[in-house]
Amino acid sequence: MIKAPVRRIIPHSLVDGPGNRTAIFLQGCNLRCAYCHNPETQKIYTDNSSLEIEWMTAKEVFEEVEKNIPFIRGITLSGGECTLYPEFLTELFTLVQKAGLSCVIDTNGSIDLSKYPELMEVCTGVMLDVKAWDEKKFKRLTGGSNEVVKKNLKYLADVNKLEEIRIVCIEDEVDTEDILKGIKTAIGYKIKTTKLRLIKFRNHGVIGRLKDANSPSDEYMNGLKEMALKIGFEKIIIS
Amino acid sequence: MTDILELVKSQKLTYEQKVLSLAHAAEDTLDVLHIPEKTQYYFEQKAIDNLFEGNAPYRPRYILPDYDKFIKEGSNFLQIDPPKDLDELLYALMILYRHVPSITSFPVYLGNLDKMIDPFLEGYSDEEVKKKLKLFLNYIDRTITDSFCHANLGPEDTRAGRLILGVEKELQNAVPNLTFKYDPDITSDEIAELALYTSLFCANPAICNHKLNMDTYSTDYGIASCYNILPIGGGAYTLSRLVLPNMAKLAKNIDHFFDTILPECLQAMGGYMNERIRFLVEESGFFESSFLVKEGLIHKDRFIGMFGIVGLAECTNILMEDEGKRYGQDEEANDLADKIMHTINDYVNTFPAKYSPISHGRFMIHAQVGMDYDKGITAGVRIPIGEEPENLSDHLRHSARFHKLITTGCSDIFPMEITARNNTSAMLDIVKGAFTLGVKYLSFYEENGDLVRITGYLVKRSEMEKYKKGEVVLQNTTHLGTSNYENNNLKDRKVRRV
Repeated sequence: MIKAPVRRIIPHSLVDGPGNRTAIFLQGCNLRCAYCHNPETQKIYTDNSSLEIEWMTAKEVFEEVEKNIPFIRGITLSGGECTLYPEFLTELFTLVQKAGLSCVIDTNGSIDLSKYPELMEVCTGVMLDVKAWDEKKFKRLTGGSNEVVKKNLKYLADVNKLEEIRIVCIEDEVDTEDILKGIKTAIGYKIKTTKLRLIKFRNHGVIGRLKDANSPSDEYMNGLKEMALKIGFEKIIIS
Repeated sequence: MTDILELVKSQKLTYEQKVLSLAHAAEDTLDVLHIPEKTQYYFEQKAIDNLFEGNAPYRPRYILPDYDKFIKEGSNFLQIDPPKDLDELLYALMILYRHVPSITSFPVYLGNLDKMIDPFLEGYSDEEVKKKLKLFLNYIDRTITDSFCHANLGPEDTRAGRLILGVEKELQNAVPNLTFKYDPDITSDEIAELALYTSLFCANPAICNHKLNMDTYSTDYGIASCYNILPIGGGAYTLSRLVLPNMAKLAKNIDHFFDTILPECLQAMGGYMNERIRFLVEESGFFESSFLVKEGLIHKDRFIGMFGIVGLAECTNILMEDEGKRYGQDEEANDLADKIMHTINDYVNTFPAKYSPISHGRFMIHAQVGMDYDKGITAGVRIPIGEEPENLSDHLRHSARFHKLITTGCSDIFPMEITARNNTSAMLDIVKGAFTLGVKYLSFYEENGDLVRITGYLVKRSEMEKYKKGEVVLQNTTHLGTSNYENNNLKDRKVRRV
């Protein structure tokens, strides 16, 4: 079995997907978001040089997950960017599904998931970040391109694996209105049934460019929710 | 007599608290129970404890009237006709509650409120019902000034249940204690989540594993006082407890504990409880004179004796001091604790309990929650504060193992981070998993809320602050809670983060 760099396992997480889940954070990210709240997980390792990560096989991770049965509904893979390790995810999800648990991916959407049909077969759903709609805004915020994110958005909706869309909201920095409209163009009527989570930016743990940025007000967040409702989203959560 | 004069002159007690304390002092001038020398010795060593129940029992400790019968038939003694509408129902209950005695002199069981109220809701809007419920619940909170008072909800999903939960969240009352009976085959996820959500605002309701508790008696059961599982139409005559850590301190070693101290204490307490029951049933006149008995709201043959244990953790740790093994953390310590529990269980399963046909002539084991005067003694079979396992799964598996032999009430308490309010389905997953494994009863509260669960009962932090400053407070459980909160470092309970 191949190994992946595991940064942290939270046995019971109430904030990473539906129900109570064991959350597994893999090390390494291909984006450099200005508002990343766990920047320590960004650096990509290919060796054993960090004592803070443990290279684990899918079986080893599964043994940790098993300790939390029957208290959990499933697992969530996060990061870093967990889709940098698609083969590992496929192996882990295969084991976890056999135990009757659901498997959710939390991703920045920058890896083309349509290239991994075996992974999609064992993955219950994907929580997809849409960080900005405008190319330049996305680049400024993350250092990367959102072309693949948009492709994933459509693909995941088509194969019914879009568990949740997440937008971290910061006034002026993130084009939330354009994102909402863009999503509607991409996935059409499915916006009605897809969960939309509008996350209020908080600078806790941030060391990037936006470390001193203010959180948006509740009024601003409620305004965004109103806007999303008008556009046609029905399952909206502010968190 | 100085103590009595002190009670009379106290500026920290309400008038009602003085009267009750004076009655207790009067009772304790009597000497009517036959107590053998050996039993007296173990009382003096504080190895067994009668929880200040008083020297001459004249009412059962806990009474659970058959409220359904009362609602159907009314009461001759109280001159109340069966209620025909919601106002009459709530009014009738308010009157009856005033006349249900207990060890604290306040009613410890108010009934399965949602099921009692639901049939009377037709024709009222939610707003109308909520207004009436608020008056009713505030009356209870302000007149039953002792939070060892319990109302039950569930397991069905009812309109009344939802409205009560909604009102509770607003009122933030310490009384009554509330428990939702949960059974995944009967209870909807929706109301179960609403119950958990409510508990993260007002520490109420706790959640009871209905499947595991429903067959405890041949009659229906209710949850009374802290979390005691007792027969409806009856209750508990008495509760004494083995103070396990003090017993361990008397033992020279583990063998001495199992060969001498434990059997002698079991025998002493069993005999003592029978003596209390004998006096109550044969001499006190309670069952001959109470209208509750005459009108069939309670029956003598539905009472039990609660055989309490406290401090299993510290007892185990004392016995394993040389090995350095700790209860809740080391398997060897857990196995020893398990052996202690099985020894107690074997005794209870063979010792004849007087006048207890509903429990087949046996006492029933209860995980006693501790007293305000306990120091460094953890409630029942709980893991001590500060030593809780890092992973909640390990904690709950431990609870399941040690809840098993406790038949008449045990519980665990988990303070939660505020974010848990956003995902009550996750909390329900935890409850479902725990109940599948055999956990019998759980409660949660939000770590920073004003209402905090002391051991089984609720107290407001703001009221404890007042009491500490020497002010008079409405509920006498605030007195108990304040000492317990400090003596046992309750503020340091491990908060489950997410």
